[in-house]
Parts: sequence; structure tokens; C-alpha cells
Amino acid sequence: MSTAQRPGGGGLLGRLADFFDDRTGYRAILHEALYERVPGGARWRYVWGSTLVFAFLVQVITGLVLWASYSASAQTAWESVYYIQHEMAGGWLLRGIHHFMAQAMVVLLALHLLQVVIDGAYRAPREVNFWLGLVLMMLVLGMALTGYLLPWDQKGYWATRVATNLAGLVPLVGPALQQLVVGGPDYGHHTLTRFFALHAGFLPAGLVVMLVVHLALFRKHGLHAKQPLTRPDAMFWPDQVLKDAVAMLAVMAVVLGVILVPAVRTMLAGGTVVPGELGAELGAPADPSLPYAAARPEWYFLFLFQFLKVFEGWGASGEFLGAIVVPGLVMTVMFLMPILGHWRLGHRFNVAFTLAIVAGAALLTGLALNEDYYALWVDPASLAEAERLDAETEGDTAKLAAAVGGDPAKRAEAERQIKRLRKVRHSRAFLAAARQAKVDAARAVELAGRPERIPPAGMLELVRTDPASQGPRLFAQHCASCHAHLDPADPAAATAFAHASAANLFGFGSAAWMRGLLDADQVGGPAYFGNTAHKEGDMVSFVTGDLADADTWPQEDIAAVVAAMAAEAGLPEPDVGREVVARGRDLVASGERCGACHAFGDNGTELGSAPDLNGWGGREWLVGIITDPTHARFYGDSNDRMPRFGVADEGESPALTESEIGIVADWLRGQWYRAATH
Amino acid sequence: MQGHDPAVDGQGARRGFLSKVMALAAGGLATLAPAGAGVWVLLDPLRRKSAAATFLRVTEIEAIPDDGVPRQFPIVTDRVDAWTGFPAEPVGAVYLRREKGSDVVQALSATCPHAGCFVEMEPAEHCFRCPCHNSSFTLDGGIVAPSPSPRPMDELECRIGHGGAVEVKWQNFFTGIAEKVARP
Repeated sequence: MSTAQRPGGGGLLGRLADFFDDRTGYRAILHEALYERVPGGARWRYVWGSTLVFAFLVQVITGLVLWASYSASAQTAWESVYYIQHEMAGGWLLRGIHHFMAQAMVVLLALHLLQVVIDGAYRAPREVNFWLGLVLMMLVLGMALTGYLLPWDQKGYWATRVATNLAGLVPLVGPALQQLVVGGPDYGHHTLTRFFALHAGFLPAGLVVMLVVHLALFRKHGLHAKQPLTRPDAMFWPDQVLKDAVAMLAVMAVVLGVILVPAVRTMLAGGTVVPGELGAELGAPADPSLPYAAARPEWYFLFLFQFLKVFEGWGASGEFLGAIVVPGLVMTVMFLMPILGHWRLGHRFNVAFTLAIVAGAALLTGLALNEDYYALWVDPASLAEAERLDAETEGDTAKLAAAVGGDPAKRAEAERQIKRLRKVRHSRAFLAAARQAKVDAARAVELAGRPERIPPAGMLELVRTDPASQGPRLFAQHCASCHAHLDPADPAAATAFAHASAANLFGFGSAAWMRGLLDADQVGGPAYFGNTAHKEGDMVSFVTGDLADADTWPQEDIAAVVAAMAAEAGLPEPDVGREVVARGRDLVASGERCGACHAFGDNGTELGSAPDLNGWGGREWLVGIITDPTHARFYGDSNDRMPRFGVADEGESPALTESEIGIVADWLRGQWYRAATH
Repeated sequence: MQGHDPAVDGQGARRGFLSKVMALAAGGLATLAPAGAGVWVLLDPLRRKSAAATFLRVTEIEAIPDDGVPRQFPIVTDRVDAWTGFPAEPVGAVYLRREKGSDVVQALSATCPHAGCFVEMEPAEHCFRCPCHNSSFTLDGGIVAPSPSPRPMDELECRIGHGGAVEVKWQNFFTGIAEKVARP
């Protein structure tokens, strides 16, 4: 053979191409791959399969790179995803693409399936390929489900708990299956390692094998052309490939748009774009002991979630039907479609069935969203009457009947209104939980960015010892049954103080708080000693008596005492000058003044008659009084009902640990880590 | 290809069949080792049991007002997650309630018996409600019909120990079934 006859021509590149073709036959393979005849010419309606292959390719590329930075364990999963999202260059973009392309893939799958069914492309000889397609669909959904858990945040954790609990309902093998997937009896390291292995190993490997066969069979049978053919046949390359490529670009553009549009909006509004806040969300780290009322699956599984609510009142069979039987039956019918399609009406049934499933899923998704966001489209004023009725009747039907009278129409209307009120309340609870989830997530991210970084035990430990997150929870649980914690300027303050049986602790340690205590009008009021046994005590009579006398206690002296006490607490206050504080210290220490009862400095007043004012309002002082208010340094024998939170009888553990008491003290003092930008 | 096909004559056909069987057997046996070892390890979680249910001190009886309204308390205990041991960690929550003047404490697990979400108190409606699928329960844990939940909230054994300590037997139960069956 002379070189002139070879397709590569005589040039160096051509000769190299010939060399490889002789040894691999790649030209024939390429020709086979590209020169597929497309009956009736290239069409846009044939692009869905190709966009799915493209989407999978995007997931492989982004997934492999994410894998290179991800660490699957209960102490490192959230942490490594945080690092990808908020610290690695471009991490937000990579994760955003992976997250939203997964969603695009589910949409494309639905479109591809719809088209195949409507066009009847599942019929002979393409039955096997249709079945392979259904298996591929389940593999993709499996990857979506397993991927949701991997960041190990609250929403992934709680959604996965539900999903795996449902797996436990499968007859006979359910509990074993659940234990295998979860990696033991409880959620933890092995739930993550197994989900990750499924997500990035088992499922994609299965998908690649199935996809290769799916594509090979597709080429074997040729494209299922939509009749009638109105144009001449064309070749796959380049006509259809061009359309496919444009469709892929469009899919990619939509995904990038979803990620970047919020950034553009922020910029147009004149704000600063924080890249870590773009793309996929990262919730607060998973905490099995912290309720997560905003738990919802990813939107494309929302219809299955809502479907479980359909079986209200069915008992155990309802959940079994909703989670196992009905989805199982739907899949069975889909697998039977190629066989049903043999009958004359079979194809019509298949199309009607598929459309009905899509419509049903859309309806359920709408219902789920409506339930969650209902409060947003209800005028609160229209609920006033229902609120009044509900408060009056306390959910008692007999009382309701009495309240609205005997007219059944009126009663039905009242019941309808109360039902609507409940719906609004449930929706408000969801919205509040979703807002709280955002706050918790932002706080976790702020904490993770501390210069000290995340401790070896992981982010959860940091969140659990964070005064900003845990202070309010601990206070609500242990302190709020007696103490209020509300700015006196708040409209709700008066009611809250009236209900409290101890002092308002908002701003405790501040000059403002001390000023209130030394105010004759307030000291005996509900924000201070008004609701305690000290109402008739020495301090109240001192403040309303001696201190109110401007001759013995001029305003400057009181201001000096306030400044001295605020200096003890050490909270940030406007500077009043060192001299004022010094004068205040002398007044407090003086045996003629505060020092008559209170120990301060070296005034030698014995502990036991009144709280020690050394370090008043400081962290150590607060920890001390919460630990044991009956200590001689604080209220001693005259302690009024306040429990000893840090002291317990022998063999018992105290109500609060040392660390928890420190958290409450830090929170009361407003001492917690804040990022510099805040 | 040049040369004769060994499968054509009788002896060759027999030998060919034997070769096929042996090839499949050898290949199969060779693959069986890694597959078997893999399955063996994959099934390991089936051997794992949750920590034995024990009575844990949750709070003191004075901390539960005797007004019939449940209060939520964390369950704190040592926890082992595969290779990591967590000393004294919150692992879940219970609701404790006490009727007027009673010394008997009722303990309800906060885990919803429907699908395992965290049941919350709904003070405005004097009931419990699960934020996932709306299962509702009365304050003593009974089902409010119609509910997706197949059974009432799971009551936990509760006793009053030395010095008024409230101790709860902490257990998890299978969800989604009518019977209350403890997880092994």
C-alpha cells in the first residue's frame, strides 16, 4: 500500500493517525459511533437521553473532585463540606453544580421517561432497553437519596432517619435491611461511610454498566423515530450532535443560573456577595438530640413525603401501603408496560397511567408546599374570630357547641375556621423552624471560621458549648420558669415581668441594669425584687429610703456606684473616667454606705448578710451564684427558692454541668465569638 | 484463522466441554473469595446491638411541675459510635409529666412512632404534634384520630430513685408498626 491511498494523507499527523488506525481500528469505531442514521432528520425531541448522559458526566466530574476533599465520618463530614463550601477556592461553585445538576437530572429523567412512554418507544424490540432505563432511574434516585445525607447536617440527618425507618417496613427483611444500610443499630460513622460507598461507588458503578448496555442497545435498535417523517434522513454527526450539544449547554446554563442569580440580585441591590452563601445549602451540623421541625426531603421526593399523610387513620397498614405497597405497584406496572403495550388499548393505558402518576405527584407536591407555606397567603386579620373561639373553647367540641349556639351550619362554619387556624399555626411552626434552621446554620458557619478552628471532636461540640446557640435553650429550660430575659423597652416586657417570680436578667451586669436596681421606682417592681421574698427586704427599703434622699445620696454618687459596679462586671460600657469609678468604689466599700451590708474590696464586711460585690456580674461571680446561691458569698440562708444548679447530694449529678453553667453565664453577659464582619 | 478446530472431532468436543466447566469453576472459585469476604464484612452491622436499655437519671421530680403538662428533658448518656466513644452526650429526649399532686411520672419518648421524627409540644392545641407527617397525640401520648401514626407515643419505664431522682429506661422502638417492639 502506498501512503497516497491512505485516508490520513502523506503528512506527519496523517501518518501518525494511520499508525494508530492500523493497530486499533479506531476510525471504524468512530465511524460506527458517529454516523448513525437519524430517520427523518435531527430533532430537538431526541435530545433528552443525551442531556441525561451529559448530566451524569457532570456529576462524575464534580463528584470526583468533591470526593477529593470530602471526609466521611460523623466528626468530619460536616466539617469537610463546610471547608469545601466556605473556604476552598471555587468550592461553592463545584458543590453548587453537583447539587443542582442532581436536581436537573431528576427533571430530565422524568422528561425522558415521559417521551419514551408517549412515543411508544418501549415496544418491541426495545423492551429490554426500557427495563434497563427503569433500573437506571432507580439508581439515579438512589444516588439522590444517599447524597442528601453526606453533608451530615440537620436536614440530611433527619430526612435520612425517616427514609431508613421506612426501609424497615419492607416485609421480612426490613429490619435487617435497615440495619445494613444504617451500618448498625444507630446513626453514626458507618451510616456515612455506607451512604458514601453507595453514592460514589456501588450505585454509579452499577449505573455505568447499565448505561453502557442501555446505549449499546439503543444503537442496535436505532433511534425510535417519531412518525410521520417530514424531512430527509440525516446523520447523527453532526446534525443531531449539534442539537444535543446546544441542549446540554442550556441545561448547564440553567444550573449555573440557579447558582449565580442570587449573586447578581445581591450585587444589583448594592450588597456584598459572600461566595460561601451561593449554591447548595449547608445546614447546622446533625444533632440527634436537637429537634428539627423543618425536616423535609429534597423537593422531588416531596410527593412521597406528602403521600404518607394521605393514609391518616389507617394505622400501621397505612404507612406500609404508602411507603412500600403503592410505590412498589407503580414500579411493577411500569415494568409491565412493554408487555401491556402489545394490546391495542395497552399503549393508551400506559400513557394515561404515566400522565396520571406525574399529575398525582405534582398535586401531592403542591399540597405539601401549600401546607408548609399556608400562613404566607392567609390574612392574619381573617383569623381573629377563630383565635378568639379557639382560646375560649380550648379545643373542646362541647364548649364550641355552647359558644356558637345550636345552629349546625354555624357550628360547621366555626369548626372549619378553627381547622383553618390550626393549618396556619402548623405552617407558622414550620416557617419558624425553617428560619431557626437558617440562623443555626449561619451560626455554625460563623463558629467554624474562628481563628482557633474546629476542635478535634468536631463541630457539634463547638455548637453545643456555644453561648449564642445554647444559652437561650439552657435558659429557657432551667431559668425561664422564674426569670424573665427581656429588654424593658420591649412591648411584651410588662406581661413577662408580671409572670416572672424573679428578677429580669436582661443586661445583667450592665450599668443600665444596676441603674434600675438603684431606682426607688423599680427595685420593688417585678423586674427586680417585686415578685420575690426580698420585696420587703433590706435592699428594697434602703433604695426606696436612704438612696431616694438626694441630700445623703446625690445623683452623682449613685452614678458613681453604678459605674463602679459596671466596672466589676467588665461588660463593654461607655467610658465614664477612672476618677468616677474610683469614687464609686469608695462609696460601695464604705461602711456607711453599701459596705454596711456588702463585702467589697478590703472593707472587711462579713459574708452572709448580703451578696459579695467583688467581681459582681463577672463570669466567675455568675458561675458562683448559679452553682450555689445559698453560699455565704451570695444569698446564704435568705436565698429565695433559687435551686443550686451546680451542687448535688452525694451520688447524684447536679442539674447543670460546670460547662453548662459557664455557657449560661457567658450568654447572660453577651460573651461569645463574633466574626469580625459582624 | 488457519488450522483445524479442536471442537469438531468427538474427543475434542468432550475435552471442550470439560474445559468450559473447569474454566467456569476455576474462575468462579477465584472470584468467590473476594466476594465472600466483601459480603461478610458488609453484613457486620447485623451483629451490632444497641447499648442495653438501662435506667438513666434524667432530672429531679421537683423539676416537673404537677400540672399535667409534659416537659422536655434531654437523655444524656455515654455513647459509642463504631470506634468513637462519646462520654455523657445528649442522645435523645423524653417528655415527662406529672398529674396534680401525684408522685407518678409518665415518660414519653420524643421519637415519633410513625417514621422517627422528633415530636414537639403544641401548647396552643394542648397536644403533641410531629412536624413531619402531622401525627398528633394527646398530652398523655394517646393518638388523636385521624393520625398517620400506627400507635400511641412510646411510653418509657420510669421510676423515682434516691432523693427524688427521675430515672427513665431509655430504649428505641421500631417505627411504623402497630406493636411497640424494642430495637435489639
